[in-house]
Amino acid sequence: MLMPDPDQKILDRRADIVEALRRIVPGNGVIAERAGMSVYECDGLTAYRQMPLVVVLPETVEQVSDVLRYCTAEGLKVVPRGAGTSLSGGALPLADGVVLGMSRFDRIHNIDYANRCITAGPGVTNLALTKAVEGAGFYYAPDPSSQIACTIGGNVAENSGGVHCLKYGLTTNNLLGLQMVLMDGTVVRLGGSHLDAGGYDLLGVVTGSEGLLGVVTEVTVRILPRPPAARALLIGFPTAVAAGTCVGRIMASGIVPAGMEMMDRPAIHAAEAFCHPGYPLDVEALLIVELDGPVEEVDELVGRVEAIATATGASLVRASRDEAERMAFWAGRKAAFPAVGRIAPDYYCMDGTIPRGRLPEVLEGIAELSKKYGLACANVFHAGDGNLHPLVLYDANALGQLERAEAFGSDILRLCVAVGGVLTGEHGVGVEKRDLMPEMFSDVDLGIQLRLKSAFDPLGLLNPGKVFPLLHACAEMGRVHVHGGATRFPELPRF
Amino acid sequence: MATTLHTPANVAELADLLRQASATGQTASVTGGGTKAALGRPVVPDLDIHLDAFAGVVSFEPEEMVLVAGAATRMARIEALLAEANQMLAFEPPDWATMWGAPARRATLGGTVACNLSGSRRIKAGAARDHLLGLDGVTGAGEVFKAGGRVVKNVTGYDLCKLFAGSFGTLAVATRLVLRTVPRPEVAETLVFASADDASGIDLLGQAAASPMEPSGLAHLPAGIGGMRLARTLVRLEGTPVSVAARVASLGRLGKLIQRLDGPGAAPLWADLGTGALVAEGGGDLWRLSLPPSGGAGAAAQIAAAIPGARHVFDWAGGLIWLAVPAAAPGYATVMQAASIRAAVGDHGGGHATLVRASAEVRGTVAPFAPEDAGLALLAARVKQAFDPSAVLEPGRMVAGR
Ligand SMILES: Cc1cc2nc3c(=O)[nH]c(=O)nc-3n(C[C@H](O)[C@H](O)[C@H](O)COP(=O)(O)OP(=O)(O)OC[C@H]3O[C@@H](n4cnc5c(N)ncnc54)[C@H](O)[C@@H]3O)c2cc1C
Repeated sequence: MLMPDPDQKILDRRADIVEALRRIVPGNGVIAERAGMSVYECDGLTAYRQMPLVVVLPETVEQVSDVLRYCTAEGLKVVPRGAGTSLSGGALPLADGVVLGMSRFDRIHNIDYANRCITAGPGVTNLALTKAVEGAGFYYAPDPSSQIACTIGGNVAENSGGVHCLKYGLTTNNLLGLQMVLMDGTVVRLGGSHLDAGGYDLLGVVTGSEGLLGVVTEVTVRILPRPPAARALLIGFPTAVAAGTCVGRIMASGIVPAGMEMMDRPAIHAAEAFCHPGYPLDVEALLIVELDGPVEEVDELVGRVEAIATATGASLVRASRDEAERMAFWAGRKAAFPAVGRIAPDYYCMDGTIPRGRLPEVLEGIAELSKKYGLACANVFHAGDGNLHPLVLYDANALGQLERAEAFGSDILRLCVAVGGVLTGEHGVGVEKRDLMPEMFSDVDLGIQLRLKSAFDPLGLLNPGKVFPLLHACAEMGRVHVHGGATRFPELPRF
Repeated sequence: MATTLHTPANVAELADLLRQASATGQTASVTGGGTKAALGRPVVPDLDIHLDAFAGVVSFEPEEMVLVAGAATRMARIEALLAEANQMLAFEPPDWATMWGAPARRATLGGTVACNLSGSRRIKAGAARDHLLGLDGVTGAGEVFKAGGRVVKNVTGYDLCKLFAGSFGTLAVATRLVLRTVPRPEVAETLVFASADDASGIDLLGQAAASPMEPSGLAHLPAGIGGMRLARTLVRLEGTPVSVAARVASLGRLGKLIQRLDGPGAAPLWADLGTGALVAEGGGDLWRLSLPPSGGAGAAAQIAAAIPGARHVFDWAGGLIWLAVPAAAPGYATVMQAASIRAAVGDHGGGHATLVRASAEVRGTVAPFAPEDAGLALLAARVKQAFDPSAVLEPGRMVAGR
């Protein structure tokens, strides 16, 4: 991985820097010894590791502001960090950079049921937001499968999604306001607990900016009343084309499922072998469609989806009759990643989005690439919004397979772009897809994005080396590699 | 110097025009349908660039639910095309032209998105910002660029689409936009409740919003609005007949139900809520306030006490106030009016107040867009510079000197 060259002059001043930071964040908020820092040496993209210069864990906005002002004065790079679950290396440290961990901003400040929103520190986990309001019948809709670990600050930085985003929108559609600190120490507020911006929609731009524009110190998001009922359907198809057609027809009929997930044959078989959810093994594609809302509506829509599925040639249609059955339908899908981890020593997770209708041809293209590279691939798919997670299977111990897996992965993303899709649907560009950006954007496009970056961070000190291709970057980059099922977050479900 | 009219035939000509303007220090305004020329601070640009050449639907794929159209495509044309496929734009784009007395059905896609418009369905479905998937455009410096893509789930690079939506033509000129479309709901029903006053009406709306019944419109019309003697509170439900019936049964018990309107029956009312027509038609200066819903009634009461003759309606469960105030003499009186309106928003949870209709003198005196605090203003100025380094695109339209 090619990162900006560490600045020796900064490395030489390390002791002074640590001391200065200790003055700003007293107590045990500065971690400078190797053992303590090693926790921070990578994020969810574990193939890449780098010891930071030092880790700072501020507790107050003033401390964040002072740290950033100090770093600007000293020309120090800063890498913001939440829980470190990024799958694209967004929180990968720099040898000459300060990791600014936001884990101590873990308090919920205000629950405002009258305005149906919640204000919290960026270090609060995604699930903790829902936990805080579920007693009153509310929840926070975007649900990345890492939700027990990932922070709302990280969600804002990555514009994270989850199964429910098909119906309820991504982070960006649920965010009302935030407070953030710019690299020069300025504290700004964007939005609040009202809708839309009075001036430029900077809130929208900061969302998904991967920690390159500012450090988020407070977040206000909408909460939604929990729907009274939810049911799921398990639908098997003899061909992936039929499954794709069914997805299109469901969407076009006006039904917006709370979730619509697809698995291909290798993924189905891996899941069934792993946790025996009762998936059919004689189908080429499996759909799980969840509907939520008032009971009457859910029952009606279940009937409509059944009819559409049957008319599109489904070989199996089962609707959940109770909560246990609904959970059982989901169990295999939720275990798809670890299940795939069982059938191959390593897998590499991709995250492209394509126009829904191009699914059959993209699956065919992936199958051809699979032959070309001599590596198997299992596909799981947020089908409703076209977000594909191909899992490339390989063995890192076999000579050349890692490189082949990476080349295969890059070709899949190129294919996504070629059919009118994009490089990343929810995992972010980070360092992983940084050098593929020219596949989608011209030099002019990237130049404009870089100027926007400079508007927030003129010296380019905030999270450098991410998102934008380095001038002399090599073509092939590292990815999400999982060896022997040993992921960095084994306890988290993966969608 | 008089404004000169330009109608570039293609993107290259448009880029040339902007490059030249950048080089010679000229300013330019961009006109789609010309319906919103009186929005924002009055500016007299050197060039008026008409986007007529960028009209027309490029593609509409009902199965993908994606529409690609030129910036100057009329909204009326788009709505008709989508309706043929039984689809629509979910954010319920209002036709603001009529608020200035301009002819209806002339607004364009580019203008609608650049102003980040939305109607009553905003609370459930989002605003224009939430439905713009991608765009091709030209910066103030004359650079041809693209942003976003054609798919909903996309985190590749910065979300410049959000920035374009709500930039009022001051950052870049979009030539082609990509929007997501959605199927039309099969039926809609509007429940009309009698409410004693603003506070109890908004309280009812809050209960509906906190229910899992997914209302797609939550408005309150004080007594006297729309020629009605009594205050009315509106709850709109959309979906399949079975679902709407179930939800009507559930929410119908929230208050004193006096009427049920079907989709077509209530459509004109919701359209008028989108444009503020219910208060705008009585004349005067027109404001649009966005604030936390629970602050709506209090803010409106504070304004009513400070400005005799003020009229208001609420949308977005109380979070949107359309406010008409008697036009005061430009100068001290209007500045004081604006200050008391903005103070009311500030005192009731914060948000912003935009002066959408007033004479040019008033718009030149009172900041039509909510003033930003110093840090934010500096940041916004730098963002403007990033897209439009020579300040070609309507400098001063949103904020004086920017
Ligand atoms: C098992 C697993 C499953 C996952 N499933 C999903 C999924 O379903 N959907 C999905 O979208 N993602 C998923 N992810 C990816 C990841 O969880 C999300 O990107 C998440 O939002 C990252 O949050 P974090 O707190 O871990 O942030 P980090 O990984 O610490 O940081 C991510 C980025 O955000 C920046 N950042 C963090 N905090 C701040 C802050 N306060 N201010 C400014 N910048 C900040 C960092 O600099 C970095 O660029 C998954 C990851 C794992 C490991």
